[in-house]
Amino acid sequence: MSMIRKSGDRFSGRIMRKESAMRNIALATVLLLSGAMVPALAASEADFKAAYAAAEAAEKDAGALRNRWTTAEAALAEAKKAAAAGDFDAALAAAKEAEALARASIFQATSEKDRWKDAEIR
Amino acid sequence: MRVRLLFPSALTALALTLLAQLSFAADAPDPVADAKAFQKYFTTKFPKLKPDDFVNGPYSMNEDMHRQWEEKEQFPPYEFALEAGKEMFATPFKTGKTYADCFANGGIGIRQNYPYFDEKEGKVVTLELALNRCREANGETPYSYVKDEMASLTAYMAFTSRGKPMDIKIPNDPRALAAYESGKRYFYTRRGQLNFSCASCHVQSPGERIRAEILAPALGIMNALPIYRSEWSGMGTTSRRLITCNSQTRAVPLEPQSDEYRDLEYYLSYMSNGLPISGPGARP
Repeated sequence: MSMIRKSGDRFSGRIMRKESAMRNIALATVLLLSGAMVPALAASEADFKAAYAAAEAAEKDAGALRNRWTTAEAALAEAKKAAAAGDFDAALAAAKEAEALARASIFQATSEKDRWKDAEIR
Repeated sequence: MRVRLLFPSALTALALTLLAQLSFAADAPDPVADAKAFQKYFTTKFPKLKPDDFVNGPYSMNEDMHRQWEEKEQFPPYEFALEAGKEMFATPFKTGKTYADCFANGGIGIRQNYPYFDEKEGKVVTLELALNRCREANGETPYSYVKDEMASLTAYMAFTSRGKPMDIKIPNDPRALAAYESGKRYFYTRRGQLNFSCASCHVQSPGERIRAEILAPALGIMNALPIYRSEWSGMGTTSRRLITCNSQTRAVPLEPQSDEYRDLEYYLSYMSNGLPISGPGARP
């Protein structure tokens, strides 16, 4: 008798866990769908400021390597201009581009540190 | 037994030291060997060209352009700058002195000796830098390194040195060798978003077109400076030329007469030792 009860408890426990998992999946689906239907939040001034600071720091590192790119400088200027006009989406995108360009220039300077010798006339 | 163990390790250490010395010797700057290999590269690449003709840049790379250049030289576009430079050179400063007082041989026929390594300063001194130092020493404000006044002065000084072989010296001073090596490194290092080095255009592709322009060979490139460029509708100094090259590869140019540019000029001029001064030049 006690063995039957024990086995029945295990069975009902499994059913309850299954129901709970199903509820979680349903909730996640609803949340995902609602998220997909709501447009992405516009970038804030804080987002821009964080991205701009990161880009500026990377560009400073490129400058220390004497290898800044005109395109990174232009993207930084563009970001600042867009932010001044209150267009933080454009400002954020330009700041991110500036950071990517600055990082590429750092990569170039680092990889060229010894590689230039391969091109030397000997 | 111990002696037997020590002997091979001593041999290994000796071999490693020798190897290290050999690799150091291979990496140590050797300007004489470099210049020989540099000149051989270009004379082999363009076997029909007389060595002295390299100083004519793109005009030496193409027969049609060479004819155009010969005609241009009848009424050269740099003539006005030359006349202005001659007048400026002779005009006294507030102190009553002139540029002639700042240079050997009164500044006449000395272009081929610039840039030189100043052992007191421990740095390379270019002609443009020496001219501005002369102005400052006489209480005058320095000229812009990229504008007409500097181009006119250097044009006149180059003109008085035409035909003299470039004669750059690298003294036996580790700082001079370091400056030479720094110039070489700058020349071959890729930079800018377009990932070009000076050598990408002027070693790997002289005579080829980049858009509408024919690229000049690096050999003799300094001998023709300063230049009148039709593209600029005006004269350009060595500083202007280097700054423009950097911008064209989308690299932020360095400040005029920065150590890197001075070293680059030193290296490139040394590579052209023996080739005649042809400045001021004219370029498309």
